[in-house]
Amino acid sequence: MATTTLNPPRTVRAPASGGRDAGAHRRRRFLQWVAVHALAIAAALFFVLPFVFVFLTSVMSDQQALTSDLWPRSWHWSNYSTVFHTPGFLTWWKNSLMYAVLGTVFTVVSSTPVAYALAKFRFKGRRTAMILVISTMMLPPQVIVIPMYLVWAQQFHLSGSLWPLIIPMAFGDAYSIFLLRQFLLTIPNEYIESAKVDGCGELRTLLRVVVPMAKPGIAAVALFQFFYCWNDYFGPQIYASQNPGAWTLSYGLESFKSAHSVNWNITMAATLLVMAPVILVFFFAQKAFVEGVTLTGVKG
Amino acid sequence: MALSLPSSAGTSAPKDPAARPDMSLRRKRTRHRWKVLAFLSPWLIGFSVFFGYPLIATVYFSFMHYNQIKSPTFVGLKNWKYVLEQMPLFGPALWNTIWLVVVMVALRVVFGLGIGLLVTKIKTGVGFFRTAFYLPYLAPPVAATVAFVFLLNPSTGPVDQVLGWLGIHGPTWFNDPHWAKPSLVLLSLWGIGDLMVIFMASLLDVPKEQYEAADLDGAGAWTKFRFVTWPSITPIVLFAVVTGVVQTMQYYTQALVAGKIASGVSIGPGSVVQPGYPDHSTLTVPQLVYQLGFQNFNTGAACVLSLVLFVIAMAVTLLLMRKGAGLIPAED
Repeated sequence: MATTTLNPPRTVRAPASGGRDAGAHRRRRFLQWVAVHALAIAAALFFVLPFVFVFLTSVMSDQQALTSDLWPRSWHWSNYSTVFHTPGFLTWWKNSLMYAVLGTVFTVVSSTPVAYALAKFRFKGRRTAMILVISTMMLPPQVIVIPMYLVWAQQFHLSGSLWPLIIPMAFGDAYSIFLLRQFLLTIPNEYIESAKVDGCGELRTLLRVVVPMAKPGIAAVALFQFFYCWNDYFGPQIYASQNPGAWTLSYGLESFKSAHSVNWNITMAATLLVMAPVILVFFFAQKAFVEGVTLTGVKG
Repeated sequence: MALSLPSSAGTSAPKDPAARPDMSLRRKRTRHRWKVLAFLSPWLIGFSVFFGYPLIATVYFSFMHYNQIKSPTFVGLKNWKYVLEQMPLFGPALWNTIWLVVVMVALRVVFGLGIGLLVTKIKTGVGFFRTAFYLPYLAPPVAATVAFVFLLNPSTGPVDQVLGWLGIHGPTWFNDPHWAKPSLVLLSLWGIGDLMVIFMASLLDVPKEQYEAADLDGAGAWTKFRFVTWPSITPIVLFAVVTGVVQTMQYYTQALVAGKIASGVSIGPGSVVQPGYPDHSTLTVPQLVYQLGFQNFNTGAACVLSLVLFVIAMAVTLLLMRKGAGLIPAED
């Protein structure tokens, strides 16, 4: 018995004939099931427990939040209303939403035609354009931030607002262009050609034929851009730091630890409130999201 | 060859069925060129105004002394010499960035592949586990970092608490120069969801027949991984490594926020806090650019550092284009 479990069967037909071998086979599969699921539960603890600890602390009393207790003695749901009543919190919420919604709309509208051209038009310099798109996508934003800041602050007097972050998104975003192009490549050329035979111009072909077919790709790009804006810390730090009225949630969250310097409970409640919209959006748009993540790894 | 001769020698009929006969070839070409330009125009403008111009300006400012109040004056290579030879923080920042690139990317790829493999083996409750493993990736970086500084809070934090039950005296994590970077790595492993999905997809793409053939040959689990799984997922592993390197070179938000919160300095985010707490152990090159340009108003030195970052990032990107890594198709 022991030897059969140690050495995997040399032939696949053997187990079917002998009852002893079949039993060993089943037992091995059962042990494998136990091992895999034990490992999965251990991993799940690593991923889920941080959320649980953050939540439990967010409903503790001020005093208890200072201790090393893990379980709240009494449940203080009022911590969440304290967060909402913190000066600025609702403004930051509104700013985050404006940045994310406008940024997403601008990006999708401006990047779609570019991605379409790069995916379906044949022209000289297409490869070069593609390389430039990928290069800008790869470059750290800090490389060009200083002259950019000087222009927005000195020429346009727009520092202290989020506009220097939103306006450039009306001129295409490299990452979105790249992802959309990858998706558009999967649309068969026959659809585009037959639309042209029917007398559609390029713009009508794009709007009537390509965009409806590319909905999953566009949804994924929109979601990514929404999350990017919602999560952005560096941009608001550069352009909005002087003016708390223009802060976003991601940027303002840090000040909770400062304003309530010892109260981890309020800070944790605010942390969960910043995470909540993103996680809610994920549950509503799970499919588009996973599609997008896979798209980044798919070969062109 | 011989078969194609008659048609090519005969009429040169238009191959494009949509082509109008009255339009000359040249006019058609011009039209096509304008069409391409029109579709590309958002990006062409964006690329020149929001990328080309600032890049050139960065080179210009790197030779200038400029404090953002008085007009810039030419100082030659002074900023370059200062950053590369004298600036005390350049060494630590570069070292930390390289450390993070090597350790974080390696561990993330190994862990992501491990979790991806695990998910493909799970038989019961796949949906639950997949969501649980993926969710932390979605947590906004600032929120995740604040949460981790709390979780790893010395002595009163839940992690040290649980370690205490097991009889382990936990380190002081974000407050210890030796543990601050490993703590950031731990945070990055928590958000492994992106790699998990990519690896999962590529693992499911490995042809089943190859595993069956390996089973027939009596191959063990390791042999199957080494000779069936690995060869078919190497492009995705390469992709994960290269994009990981590029992302980690930009590592900014988590390191800055962790340092600020852990230092316990209770002033708002608008205030000037030197990044890198504790002991410059979390200072990365992008943070140094911010500190020089927006806290010390040393525009020239900040631009030199930006260009150093640019050259390193470009080198990695070129490697990526050469190797392919699945980014640009061969037929393009």
